[in-house]
Amino acid sequence: MIEKAPQKDVVIKVRDLVVGFRDQNILNHLDLDVYRGEILGFVGGSGAGKSVLTRTIIGLLPRREGSIEVFGTDMLKANEEERRSIERRWGILFQQGALFSSLTVRENIQFPIREYLHLPERLLDEIVVAKLEMVGLHANVRDKFPSELSGGMTKRVALARALALDPEIVFLDEPTSGLDPIGAGDFDALIATLQQTLGLTVFMVTHDLDSLHTVCDRIAVLIDGKVIAAGPMETMLASEHPWMKSYFHGARSRAEARPARHGLNR
Amino acid sequence: MSEQSLLEGRADGDRLTLVGSGVWTAVEAAELERLIEAQTAASERPRTVVIDMARIEKFDTYGAWMLERLIRLFKERGTAAQVVALPANYQALVDEVHTVNFKNWPAPEEENKVLTTFESIGHTVYTVIHSLRAALDMIGAVMVALLRVLAHPRNFRLTSMVHHLDNVAWRAVPIILLITFLIGCIIAQQGIFHFRKFGADIYVVDMVGILVMREIGVLIVAIMVAGRSGSAFTAELGSMKMREEVDALRTMGFDPVEVLVLPRVLALIIGLPLLTFIGSLAALYGGGLVCWLYGGIDPDVFLQRLREAITIDHFKVGIIKAPFMAMVIGVVACVQGFEVKGSAESLGMQTTASVVESIFLVIVLDGIFAIFFASIGM
Repeated sequence: MIEKAPQKDVVIKVRDLVVGFRDQNILNHLDLDVYRGEILGFVGGSGAGKSVLTRTIIGLLPRREGSIEVFGTDMLKANEEERRSIERRWGILFQQGALFSSLTVRENIQFPIREYLHLPERLLDEIVVAKLEMVGLHANVRDKFPSELSGGMTKRVALARALALDPEIVFLDEPTSGLDPIGAGDFDALIATLQQTLGLTVFMVTHDLDSLHTVCDRIAVLIDGKVIAAGPMETMLASEHPWMKSYFHGARSRAEARPARHGLNR
Repeated sequence: MSEQSLLEGRADGDRLTLVGSGVWTAVEAAELERLIEAQTAASERPRTVVIDMARIEKFDTYGAWMLERLIRLFKERGTAAQVVALPANYQALVDEVHTVNFKNWPAPEEENKVLTTFESIGHTVYTVIHSLRAALDMIGAVMVALLRVLAHPRNFRLTSMVHHLDNVAWRAVPIILLITFLIGCIIAQQGIFHFRKFGADIYVVDMVGILVMREIGVLIVAIMVAGRSGSAFTAELGSMKMREEVDALRTMGFDPVEVLVLPRVLALIIGLPLLTFIGSLAALYGGGLVCWLYGGIDPDVFLQRLREAITIDHFKVGIIKAPFMAMVIGVVACVQGFEVKGSAESLGMQTTASVVESIFLVIVLDGIFAIFFASIGM
């Protein structure tokens, strides 16, 4: 589970996916593989359908054609029990955190645990503290309500909730948006650390070039409803595609100034 | 579960060897906890403890925490436990949970029953006073906003008010007509049924006319509007408050009362009398229909009798109350809307409070008006 398998083990396999609204197809025969134990950064212009793909994979949006296999099972063909067991194995960090506003931080983190496991109260409380400390928060936030948290804290608590059941895959929707550069850097480091300790597979939708440089093993680019390129940063930088050129070599990119770093201490 | 226990102990003199095996994950956490309790309770203070983790197949935070707890339990009893042969890839996880501490985990305080009772009474009194003050504040703010708008009519948000008037009055017409019509029918039917016993059928017309004009018409309509539009106002303003839209208005130099509250309250003040008027007509129509079909009173006779029974004063008494009730509903709804805090639960609570409070106040107001009109002889 933790060691990166030498042969590439595909955990999410998307084939020929078409998703659309009314007469417009947002995703047009899209293919994508996510390998076990990697951090995949997913980029694309605003409105290109990054969130649509994420939401389709996790089953929030219907699809018109194609197949999505997670851990080798197609969610559409799976029965109720199989679906629940797959849902148990992933965690999702929504862009705005999506913490339940009427529950405290502790109850938010315990919510999925209570749903799936029957654990003694004491263990539940200890796990909350362990999870909070893992995401770099002090245990004394546990009795606060989401409305009392700052933006960065909300993201961390939401991450703790996404990690509550020790999932194998986490979906992160713009995890560093709305954080200051220091906070965003910390969050990137946190994701890299957690990925290493827990052996996670991370599917990260992001616009943060720093995140792409520092933590992502591979980057997939979504343009015109298709993944037009997928590979490490070097491949992205070498690409001649005009959109990718302006994205990775633009004014805000640091590729020109500094050599690309790949991964945190790995 | 594998046949082998997740945690097995082998005592060898004062040396205890614990062998962990199998799946140490969230699913087995409850079982693991039980085994750990058993191991640490049973053994009689071994000198050294060795925990052999070589046969672990799967491991996650829960497993790591269980291992950590096992070590801590032995440590509390003065025995150092040593972990051996832990697969290297799990080491990071074990190190991670090793730093977890519960020093900042205060025990829940014992509650004093008497004190908490007094505390909750105090809270209730404070809440009542607070909501009264908030309502007074809001009435004042609406008045100020109204005066400001009167001084600068161009600042008035006419479009917004018309939009709310459409929602509050026009779209409410079908349901108001239906409800008041049915209420008129029911009053007439009950009246005929009981008055017939002493041959006073015709007085049903007086009863329906006076009751509908003075009380029932305006009261039913006000209660309907409180439930229909008051709740909507609270929910709208509450979610705007939650998403900082109200703060955004304020920072742009707008007065939220002028922009949000005034058009809504004015729409209610205009809409409620109109609805009361058509509601009263529908109730009279329903009453007349029942008198004809059920009581055998011809429409001509009904109208003749109605003309004699009610005067313009009865109509005035009903319709004068309408704008005041509208004001109460609007102000309560907006106060409650601005009271919404960050959570979805608080939005629900304030919406409930808005409807309950405005219906209660509408009825209280009706009682006060009854005393007032009686004393001025209307």
